[in-house]
Amino acid sequence: MARRSAPEVNAGSMADIAFLLLIFFLVTTTIEVDSGIDSKLPPPIEDNPVPPPIKKKNIFQVIVNADNRLLVEEADMDIKDLTEAAVAFLDNGTECSYCRGAKDPASSDNPEKAVISLVNDRQASYSMYITVTNELVRAYTILRNREAKRLYNETFESMESRLKEWPANEKDTPEYEQLEEKIERVRDLFPRKLSEAEPQNRE
Amino acid sequence: MSKFKKKKSGDLPAISTASLPDIVFMLLFFFMVATVMREDELQIENTLPQANQVEKLASKDKLVYIYIGKPSPNFQKTYGTTEVVQLGDKISRVEDVETFVNTKRNDMDEDDKDEMMVSLKVDRDAQVGILTDVKQELRDAYALKINYTATEGDPLRNIRK
Repeated sequence: MARRSAPEVNAGSMADIAFLLLIFFLVTTTIEVDSGIDSKLPPPIEDNPVPPPIKKKNIFQVIVNADNRLLVEEADMDIKDLTEAAVAFLDNGTECSYCRGAKDPASSDNPEKAVISLVNDRQASYSMYITVTNELVRAYTILRNREAKRLYNETFESMESRLKEWPANEKDTPEYEQLEEKIERVRDLFPRKLSEAEPQNRE
Repeated sequence: MSKFKKKKSGDLPAISTASLPDIVFMLLFFFMVATVMREDELQIENTLPQANQVEKLASKDKLVYIYIGKPSPNFQKTYGTTEVVQLGDKISRVEDVETFVNTKRNDMDEDDKDEMMVSLKVDRDAQVGILTDVKQELRDAYALKINYTATEGDPLRNIRK
């Protein structure tokens, strides 16, 4: 038999295949960044807690029942209207200079005192719970944005994202502290007072 | 004709494959950078709900993860079909949350201890009851900073099925 040199396998298309794979994964991979709604729990309670005196008109009551229905201030409500109702409640402000609400004497005095109370049934679904929380947090964000826009001509959200993306080695500069201070001030105008009561199993 | 045949049988110029390693390295680097290693092997179903008021979570060394959801099909024989809590790699009882959080906190750097945050990864179809029990445990453990981890999206889509 005549000796033949082994034919070389054409590997020129390998690059194409690799690129195809690369592009496929580039498109399909979602680089996961965890995000979520921040919240703060109250510290554990003493044995016989005395409930702090809060006037009933300063409480905005939101109840979610086992069928995921929403009851706001003793009236049925659609989830779409929740944010608006919460904004109206927080912004009512009979004793507040920067509020632009209706100044209804039967609603909250000022944002400092206004508390949103969220009660949910144990059988309620988590997706409903998170949606309600989200809508209530959105009410605070809307109001904070408005105030930040009025005071500093910048939305609260953009101020916060600017603070988060501040380069780590420039955190001692006065600009950074100034921004921090501004955010704190806007936050204090509409402090997030979202109380989550112990859930109830109502029959 | 014979002219062509001669060429075919002879020396076909080999295509240089010198760039292949480059390509493979490119792929390798891409995946090295993009891959997020899953910390815990999930034994439960865990589809996060959507929300749009989300904030990005702090760095990983300050986080403690707690998962809540129904056991996945392989584990339903052992753990039933009601919601359970997964701490670390295994499904645990709700009463163990406090110990778990305290252990995690002790392992942290001194600076991170105060800024510890608990990321609650709760399945969207879970009931709130078990979450409430977990939150009570967290209060007892003085882990008061929590985060309802969610994916970014339209929250109203959660409830429309």
